[in-house]
Amino acid sequence: MVNRVVVGAHYGLGSWLAQRVTAAIMAVYSVILVVMFMTGRPINYGVWKDLFSQGWMRVATLLFAVSLAWHAWVGVRDIVMDYARHDGLRLGLEVITLLVLAAYLGWTVQILWR
Amino acid sequence: MSSVAAKKARPKYLSLSALLFEIRLPAPAWVSGLHRISGALLFFPFAAWLLYLLDSSLASEQGFARVHDHYLRMPVAKLALIAFVWAYAHHFCAGLRFLFLDLNKGIELAQARTTAFVVFGASLLITLFFAWRIW
Repeated sequence: MVNRVVVGAHYGLGSWLAQRVTAAIMAVYSVILVVMFMTGRPINYGVWKDLFSQGWMRVATLLFAVSLAWHAWVGVRDIVMDYARHDGLRLGLEVITLLVLAAYLGWTVQILWR
Repeated sequence: MSSVAAKKARPKYLSLSALLFEIRLPAPAWVSGLHRISGALLFFPFAAWLLYLLDSSLASEQGFARVHDHYLRMPVAKLALIAFVWAYAHHFCAGLRFLFLDLNKGIELAQARTTAFVVFGASLLITLFFAWRIW
């Protein structure tokens, strides 16, 4: 890329917007799930298994998990930037955060497509 | 310089005890602080715990029975679930409030205070309803 800007004060806007868009996605998923639980049949293993074996539910849940990872990355990074003043500590905590989020995503895929 | 100002100890450092007992934070500040704390808790440990529950309950019929009929019947697990629901509900309601603030809705002081109390009330009601349902 030729005109790539590597310094400047505008970088936060993308993260800020991503956090809000992912929040909206997760909010919609949450409301749908709560309504389903409150109006649907009582949950037993068959109902539970059937729900998560449907294609749309797997994709929606994966979408939720990706949104969560992105959203939490922005949020946890904000917390780390506010309180971890030592550069090494901050980098370490950010790497741990990314590893945890990657592990969550991998685990989610493993659970959904078993 | 007035004598009152001269007598005050300066500089004054913020501490946890000062925040809790000396300075009365306005309601929107508590919404904001608790939004951060609940978000951190949802990231860890609650997300990991919920993935563990989802994994076990979908793995097999025995796994589902273990989670549904034994593990989540323990009072400690129920308390943890209630804590999770409060964190999720507060984060959800406060986040919705922030989205409206971003659109310049409800930024007047009186409205901001009112919606802060609505956030506390709504998340507590959701938590109480959930606690009543599972206990």
